[in-house]
Amino acid sequence: MLEAALAHGLKTEEYERIVALIGRAPSLTELGIFSAMWNEHCSYKSSRIHLRKLPTKAPWVIKGPGENAGVIDIGGGDACVFKMESHNHPSFIEPYQGAATGVGGILRDVFTMGARPIACLNLLRFGRPAHPKTRRLVAGVVAGVGGYGNSFGVPTVGGSTEFDESYDGNILVNAMAVGLARADSIFYSAAAGVGNPIVYLGSKTGRDGIHGASMASASFEADAEEKRPTVQVGDPFSEKLLLEACLELMASGAVIAIQDMGAAGLTSSAVEMGAKGNLGIRLDLDAVPCREEGMTAYEMMLSESQERMLMVLKPEKEKEAEAIFVKWGLDFAIIGKTTDDLRFLVEHKGVVEADLPIKELGDEAPVYDRPHVPTPKAPILDADAIAPARSNREALLALLATPDLCSKRWVWEQYDHLILGNTVRAPGGDAAVVRIRDERKGLVLTTDVTARYCAADPVEGGRQAVVEAWRNISARGGQPLALTDNLNFGNPEKPEIMGQFVGCLQGIGEAARALDFPIVSGNVSLYNETQGTGILPTPAIGGVGVISDVALASTIALPGGGKTILLIGETKGWLGQSLYLRDLSGRRDGAPPPVDLEAEKRNGDFVRALVLERRALAVHDLSDGGLAVALAEMAIAGGVGATIDSLPSGPAHAVLFGEDQARYLVVAEPAEAAAIEADAKAVGVAVLALGATGGNELNLPGEAPILLCDVQHAQQAPLPAYMAGDDSVFA
Amino acid sequence: MRAAVIVFPGSNREGDMARALARATGHEPAMVWHSQTELPAGTDLVVLPGGFSYGDYLRCGAIAGRAAIMDAVRAHAARGGLTLGVCNGFQILCEGGLLPGVLMRNANLRFVCRMQHLRVERADTAFTSHYRQGQTIEVAIAHGEGNYEADDETIARLEGEGLVAFRYCDSLGRVGGEANPNGSRNDIAGIFSERRNVLGLMPHPENLIDPLVGGIDGRGLFESLAAA
Repeated sequence: MLEAALAHGLKTEEYERIVALIGRAPSLTELGIFSAMWNEHCSYKSSRIHLRKLPTKAPWVIKGPGENAGVIDIGGGDACVFKMESHNHPSFIEPYQGAATGVGGILRDVFTMGARPIACLNLLRFGRPAHPKTRRLVAGVVAGVGGYGNSFGVPTVGGSTEFDESYDGNILVNAMAVGLARADSIFYSAAAGVGNPIVYLGSKTGRDGIHGASMASASFEADAEEKRPTVQVGDPFSEKLLLEACLELMASGAVIAIQDMGAAGLTSSAVEMGAKGNLGIRLDLDAVPCREEGMTAYEMMLSESQERMLMVLKPEKEKEAEAIFVKWGLDFAIIGKTTDDLRFLVEHKGVVEADLPIKELGDEAPVYDRPHVPTPKAPILDADAIAPARSNREALLALLATPDLCSKRWVWEQYDHLILGNTVRAPGGDAAVVRIRDERKGLVLTTDVTARYCAADPVEGGRQAVVEAWRNISARGGQPLALTDNLNFGNPEKPEIMGQFVGCLQGIGEAARALDFPIVSGNVSLYNETQGTGILPTPAIGGVGVISDVALASTIALPGGGKTILLIGETKGWLGQSLYLRDLSGRRDGAPPPVDLEAEKRNGDFVRALVLERRALAVHDLSDGGLAVALAEMAIAGGVGATIDSLPSGPAHAVLFGEDQARYLVVAEPAEAAAIEADAKAVGVAVLALGATGGNELNLPGEAPILLCDVQHAQQAPLPAYMAGDDSVFA
Repeated sequence: MRAAVIVFPGSNREGDMARALARATGHEPAMVWHSQTELPAGTDLVVLPGGFSYGDYLRCGAIAGRAAIMDAVRAHAARGGLTLGVCNGFQILCEGGLLPGVLMRNANLRFVCRMQHLRVERADTAFTSHYRQGQTIEVAIAHGEGNYEADDETIARLEGEGLVAFRYCDSLGRVGGEANPNGSRNDIAGIFSERRNVLGLMPHPENLIDPLVGGIDGRGLFESLAAA
């Protein structure tokens, strides 16, 4: 059986731990159950001790990590339920289904808690465009994300799509779902009451996805393609029915506890419900609706077939509940009951296939304090010592046409971002804004991370990922409330990778604490590695904020001519780890820009107030590509040019393209701009008037004018051409 | 104006549609489940909303077009009752024999969601009286299979009898080229039945009823219906 345990991805000492725990050798089904519960994906065994250090509380947090999704109070009796999750490995093997089921899984996490999903976002990372697989992966993942969300009927309102060679053999597909519930009717997974029926709902169980969670817990070798059968197949139609049926059932008052069958399927959902409720669970697998005949107990316990739910129902409401599911054409079966013996008992065809202590299955999972070494500090680069690669005019056009900065319209036009009729700010700006029902109130949503910063300095990179999400929300006029994270890293058994993980978490924690921006849900995805090469450390951050009146939400679009352009925040011309350095000079060195958390808070609060007081006509936060790129994006969005007369002191290329943090561009009427300057100085916020809007050109100091249509073309042409098969793009 | 919105398994813009109808008419529409066989008494307008009925796993609209409620919808239309199908609803009207032609996969084989200009081809119908003939409006589109196709004879008849309701165009009202998002014949975005009491269109006017959310160019259609 030890051999079987090793084949299940368990270590020798983990197998010995199982034998010691149950006092005998496990059956094959039991071994499958342990491998499902104790793999990295479900047990967080490498990450748990570090995750505990994150700030997760605030007065507005209703439920932090530990449930299907986090819950925050957004006022007026409303709660926002949200989480981000990865589906990296499946998407690399089978991009359409991998991405689609990633979206389906996170939607289920949200509506399991009683929330109706109102928005989706994502964070996608692909290999370099020249890699032979990249184009097919982009096409498949984007179609899959859209295919699921569009059919389910939730708008995909934001995201981030970037490219780097470290993802050549291991792409990242992180999906975030946001739902709306009443704050006093949130549903949880803890079972209650002895002898209550355990009800299986949704689609039938098939042989798909068996050991999906174990696959997600191992590195890829050259045989990744052979793992295709472990990828689940999504059915958004069934999920839409499941959503409506579940919400109807919850409203009927029949539901005591509910848990979706996600990673590790029936095993993980049943064990969690019992363990959290201090109850045993007895399952009769003969009653499980199966898609094919002859499925074994082992297969049923490990299947990751999608669109399934497990519930504990009030016995007296059983008939009413069944009628709701019959109406929606979904399977409904009583497959077990709660018990008081704290055992997880699984029977099939009269045979006891598993009899395990339910609490220990989760609680006694191994916890590792893996060795970690900090990433060596990179030297701070002196901007004066970095020669300009080319004229600043040429550099701007070249940067706008790079894979990371070019327009992602090709991507988000395949997502229905307008359904539900509440998308106040669509993709293509700092953060999406989604109105709540017919009210003035709205949610402000974003996803972000700058992985190259995290690689160069995990602590600063972790801090930066959080502050950028906070900045994106603030720039729109939103009050940032809480975040979800998806921690994508390589093999944690390597001390340097574990060092990246520990460092990033430290940075995330510091920034979240300083900004009162707690982490309420999240996911850890380790072993993102192919044939020994790990990805850049990529702790994706999904931020949620609230704006009291969506009519006040800012835009990035330049509003017309004759307005003053202000730069908020201090500019030192930080080129280390900038896109300018990487994409135009081919250099990946230097320390990333440092994050001053106090300046972030001061500047962000200042800008948010400008937006809410209607003093700012347009706002954009500065990030990848720096000042010049942000200005170009604002000009493109507004179809209006701009002329810059003064810049912060320093070498022009460093000032235009440096990626100093805590900065924004704010556009205002000239008289208002003077008042804003005075106010900024009064509260210690660095501010500089750069120039004015107007015309059909971008004019940078000392450079020939750039026609707006050339700026537009540079940014908008590359991705559609690349996806149409043009290999000269991004070459 | 009493409206009924038909809900199929997989419909997903029924709520958007109900909201637009309620705002324009002042009455919440009846939501009618597909397995019903009768419309509520006194129904003036039947609406088939957008979505992915039955997952679109068979031809779009093919299963819904044969749903139990559809006999009642056909009878309503045959009596001259107003009938509107948007997106998946348009596909269902074609599959259900209420409108000619078929919606095929978009020419570039990709789902497309964007703001799109339309040219209002005639303003003398119950659906378009609050627009001007030739007016350019901007509404949302969101579909993977909106490429309208019919045989030459049908196209000639639609054109000859003035049954084209809306055409895809650019902001200046010019049709053709990149203004056509899906390859539809003659840039057709929506068509009327012979008696002009049935309208099918791919775009989503129901998502353009609020100045805070994209604009109000979709309101005209609902206000026309409310006044009809």
